[in-house]
Amino acid sequence: MSERSHPEALLRLRGISKSFGAVQVLAGVDLDVHAGQVTALVGDNGAGKSTLIKGIAGIHAFDDGTYTFEGSEVHVTSPKQANSLGIEVVYQDLALCDNLDVVHNMFLGRETRRRITLDETAMERRAVETLRGLSVRTLASVRQTVSSLSGGQRQTVAIARAVLWNSKLVILDEPTAALGVAQTEQVLKLVRRLAHNGLAVILISHNMNDVFEVADSIATLYLGRMAAQVDARTVNRARVVELITSGRSGALGLAAPEEAQA
Amino acid sequence: MSGATSVPRKAREEAATGTVAEAWRGYVNKVRGGDVGSLPAVLGFVALVIFFSTQSGTFFSLLNGANLLQQAAVYVFVAMGMVFVLLLGEIDLSAGFTAGVSAAVLGVILTKHGMPWPVAVVGCVATGAVIGLAIGMIFARLRVPSFVVSLAFFLGLQGAMLGIIGDGGTIPVRDETIFAIMGRNLPVVWGWVFAGAGVALYAVLGLVQRRARRTAGLPSHPPTLMILKVVGLAVLLGGATYLLNRERSVNPVLNSLKGIPVIVPIAAVFVVGLTFVLRRTAFGRHIYAVGGNAEAARRAGINVPGIQTACFVICSAMAGCAGIVMVSRDTSVSPSTGGSSTLLLSIGAAVIGGTSLFGGKGRIIDAVIGGLVIAVISNGLPLMTSEASAQYIVTAFVLMLAAMIDAMARRRAAATGH
Ligand SMILES: Nc1ncnc2c1ncn2[C@@H]1O[C@H](COP(=O)(O)OP(=O)(O)OP(=O)(O)O)[C@@H](O)[C@H]1O
Ligand SMILES: [Mg+2]
Repeated sequence: MSERSHPEALLRLRGISKSFGAVQVLAGVDLDVHAGQVTALVGDNGAGKSTLIKGIAGIHAFDDGTYTFEGSEVHVTSPKQANSLGIEVVYQDLALCDNLDVVHNMFLGRETRRRITLDETAMERRAVETLRGLSVRTLASVRQTVSSLSGGQRQTVAIARAVLWNSKLVILDEPTAALGVAQTEQVLKLVRRLAHNGLAVILISHNMNDVFEVADSIATLYLGRMAAQVDARTVNRARVVELITSGRSGALGLAAPEEAQA
Repeated sequence: MSGATSVPRKAREEAATGTVAEAWRGYVNKVRGGDVGSLPAVLGFVALVIFFSTQSGTFFSLLNGANLLQQAAVYVFVAMGMVFVLLLGEIDLSAGFTAGVSAAVLGVILTKHGMPWPVAVVGCVATGAVIGLAIGMIFARLRVPSFVVSLAFFLGLQGAMLGIIGDGGTIPVRDETIFAIMGRNLPVVWGWVFAGAGVALYAVLGLVQRRARRTAGLPSHPPTLMILKVVGLAVLLGGATYLLNRERSVNPVLNSLKGIPVIVPIAAVFVVGLTFVLRRTAFGRHIYAVGGNAEAARRAGINVPGIQTACFVICSAMAGCAGIVMVSRDTSVSPSTGGSSTLLLSIGAAVIGGTSLFGGKGRIIDAVIGGLVIAVISNGLPLMTSEASAQYIVTAFVLMLAAMIDAMARRRAAATGH
C-alpha cells in the first residue's frame, strides 16, 4: 500500500489497443496520469483521443493492455464502475439539462434522498460548498436554471458536478472549444484548481495556448499511437505541434516510419 | 470580465430574496424572460368569466359555478395524466379512448357481473395502466414515435370498445358510489373542513421548508411573501367554499342542492399527490431530466426507457380515472364515451395551462387551470349562441393561441437565455 506515497501514477496504461472491426484505432498506447497534475491529451482529428478516454471511462472496454488505477490492475467495463473508482468525465456537450437548475443538474441521477423525498436543502448546501471549494464566484444563484447560464458557467457546473463525488480523476473532453476568451480563462483557472486540490486531470484540447497554460504533462497521440508523453516545461509549442502532425520531433516521438519516407 | 458582471448580479439575486417587492420584481423578470407559466391561462380565465357574465345573466350563478367545476373534471383528469407524457416531449393521442375502454370495463364489472364498486374501480384503472404499459413499451423499447403508436391505439381502442359494448349499445351503471362522484355534494361542514385542511397543509409545508432552509443556512423567501400566499389561498378556497355551500337549487324545498361537488376534493387529492411525485421525488426529477435532455439523463445513469414507459402508464391510468368520472356523469357507457373532442380538449387544457409541447416544462396544476378555461368556454358559449360551429371555432382558437404562446415563450427563452 505504499503506492500512494510514491510519486507513482494514479492511472497507468500500458500497451493499450482498441479496434473497431478491422480498423485499429489504438495500438500499444502508454499513459501515466498523476494526482495533482493536469495531463493534456493532444493529437490531430481522429488520432484516437476520444476513444482512449471512452475506454478509461468504461464506455467501451480496451481489447488489449493493462489498466492500473491506484496501483492495482482493474478491468473497467461500465461507466458506473469507472464512477465507483472515482473517475468522472465532463463531456463537451449534451451533459446538462437546460430545464433544471444548477443543483438539480449537479446531483442528476445521484440525488440525495430522505426516505422517498428529495433532500433539497442538503443537495443545495453541498452544491454551494463544492462551488465555493472551487472558488467559483460567477454563479448568481444555484437555483437558476441552466438555460440561463453562459457557456463558461455551464462548463463550470459540469466540472463541479464531476468533483462532487469524491472523484480522483476528472477527464475533460475539449472543455473550452465553444468558449470565448474570458470564459476560456475562467474554465482553465478551474482546471488548475482541480489539480491544486489534489485531483488528477486529463484535458483534451486542440488549443496549444490552453495546453501550455495549464498542463504539467503533455501526451501526444499520433494515428492511434502514443508519440510521446513529456513534461510540459521541457518542450515548446513548435515541438508539440510537430509531434501532433508528424508523430516525431527530433529525439522525441515514434521511430522514423519505415515505409512512408523514402 | 465575467467577474465584473457577476458581482452586481449576485447582489441583485440576493436582494431578490429579501423583500416582497424584490420577489415581485424577480417574478416579472422571469415572465419577461419567457417563463410565463400559467399566467396567460389565469388572465384568460378571468377575462372569459367577466365576458360571459356581461353577456348572459345565467352564467354567473351559483348553479352554473358548480356545473363549471364538474364540466372541467373530465378534461382535468385526462390532462393531469397527459402532463407526464408532455413532459417527456411526447404525446398520447389514444388517452380519450383509453378512458372509454376503461369505462366499458367498469360498466361490465358493475352491471354485467354485479361486483362491488371497488373491484370495478381497480379493474378500470388497471385496464388503463395495461394500455399505457403497451404504448410505453412499444415507444420506449422499439423506438416507434409516440404519435404513431398512440394513433394506432386510438383506432384499435375504438374497436375494442365496440367489441365490449356492442354497436349502438349502452351499459347503464346504477352504482350509488360511482354516481356520487359527479352527482353528489359534500355536506356543508365537510366542505369547510376540506378547505381548512387545504390551507393548513399549504401553510405547514411552507413553514417546514422555510425552517429547513434556514437551519441549513440557505437563503429563503421573505416571510411576508409566504403569509400573502397563504392568505391568498385562504381567501380563494374560503370564498369558493362559501359560495358552493349556499343553496343553489331552484326549488330548495323539493330538492336541496348545496355543498362542494364530491369530484372537487377527489381531484384535489390527485393534484397534491401527483405534484408531490413530480416535484419531491427522484422519479419526478428524472421525468423532467428526460424531457429536458434525454442523452444527458442517460449519461447520468437514469433509466430513460423505464421513465418513459412509466409516464405512459401514469397517463393511461389517469385516463382510466377519467373514465370513472365520465361514467359517473353519464350513468352509462356507450361507444362514444371518451370520444369526440375529449382528447384534444384535454391536451388543450394542459397546454393552455402552461405545459410545453416541447417537453421538460409543465406542472399538474396547469391541467386544472387549463381545464377550467376549456370548461368556461364550453359552458359560457352555449348561453350566448346555440351554434355548435362557434363552440369548435372558439375552442380551436384558444388552443392555437396557447400553442403559439408556448412556442413564442420557448423562442424568447432561447433568445434571452432563460
Ligand atoms: N465506434 C467506432 N467505430 C468505428 N470507428 C470508430 C469508432 N469510434 C471511433 N472510430 C474511429 O477511430 C478513430 C479515432 O477516433 P477518435 O474519436 O478517438 O478521435 P479523436 O482523437 O477524438 O478526434 P477528434 O479530435 O476529431 O475528436 C477515427 O478514425 C474514428 O473514425
Ligand atoms: Mg474526440
